[in-house]
Amino acid sequence: MGRSSLRGKNEINAGAMADIAFLLLIFFLVTTTFPNDRGILFTLPPKADPNEPPPDIKIKDKNIFKILVNSADLLLVENEPLEDVSRIKDMVKEFVLNNGRNPKLSDSPEAAVVSFKTDRGSSYKIFIEILDQLDAAYNEMYGERVGMTGVEFRELRNTPNKSPELRAKYNKARGKDGPNGKVTFPKNISIAEPSKISS
Amino acid sequence: MSKFKKKTKSSADIPTASLPDIIFMLLFFFMVTTVLRETEILVKQTLPRATQLSKLQKKSLVSHLYIGKPKVTSKYGSEPKIQADDVLIEPKDLVLWVQRKKDELDEVERDQITISLKIDEDAKMGIVSDVQQQLREANARKIMYATPELFDQTSDG
Repeated sequence: MGRSSLRGKNEINAGAMADIAFLLLIFFLVTTTFPNDRGILFTLPPKADPNEPPPDIKIKDKNIFKILVNSADLLLVENEPLEDVSRIKDMVKEFVLNNGRNPKLSDSPEAAVVSFKTDRGSSYKIFIEILDQLDAAYNEMYGERVGMTGVEFRELRNTPNKSPELRAKYNKARGKDGPNGKVTFPKNISIAEPSKISS
Repeated sequence: MSKFKKKTKSSADIPTASLPDIIFMLLFFFMVTTVLRETEILVKQTLPRATQLSKLQKKSLVSHLYIGKPKVTSKYGSEPKIQADDVLIEPKDLVLWVQRKKDELDEVERDQITISLKIDEDAKMGIVSDVQQQLREANARKIMYATPELFDQTSDG
């Protein structure tokens, strides 16, 4: 009699299995957060040596592009108030690529320095916006040196393990192929320590 | 003879309809278990968006710092705080924290440690610069301001 029970269908009802699988799928779809490891890379300057006074660097005033932000997130760019943050990119490009034409702007890309100073009360949001503009300006300028757009250059920069041709192109764009390893087109962005109290 | 015939009548094939489901369940299981460690974020995190993003290549070299207003203001106050791993710390503790993070890495990779700063957009530059000064002090100079991508309407990038 025990055997006779095997005679009928001996399948497990699999219809519910799909439902369970879908439930699980939906659960993980909702709860999974993809790690967003992207952002603006920046290298901090080495720490100041307490035994050595800070080097006395003399840079001509016209070679410095000054951006100041106060605690109310108002901008002072090249000693003039600026409302629209998105104009900084073109201003920086004009400043760096001046090559001595306009006596008020930089002598050469090599000498150009962008100085960016915030207040302790400035918001992080405006800091990122301006840093993004500066990065965009340099990416576009680097791209133009090798006939690429800023977006294409950024992709090139983000490519890991570049092939020799791509690496050569990248170094040419960054001006790293000068004699004696001299960088002819450096990205001189100086972020000064925020001032304690805005005057 | 009739006994044998009766035996062969019962279907003997194994149902395979549920096999894909079992495979899917296994897949989900492994998807879930690959997340090794999840830190509970104690501070508010609305990251500012940017366009000029880089991607980090080696994830093992990255350590995360979170800065923002604490979510539980009754316990931690409403001033922006720094979160490292699971705890809120003061800027002066950062040097020690970086040392500990460096010790977790291989000796050859210690100088390449990258600190990913996830900073709330409402945080002030004062605390951000305090953190940066401490990171300089700790010789962890590669930093990344974590920002999601901004899809620009004016499309000038």
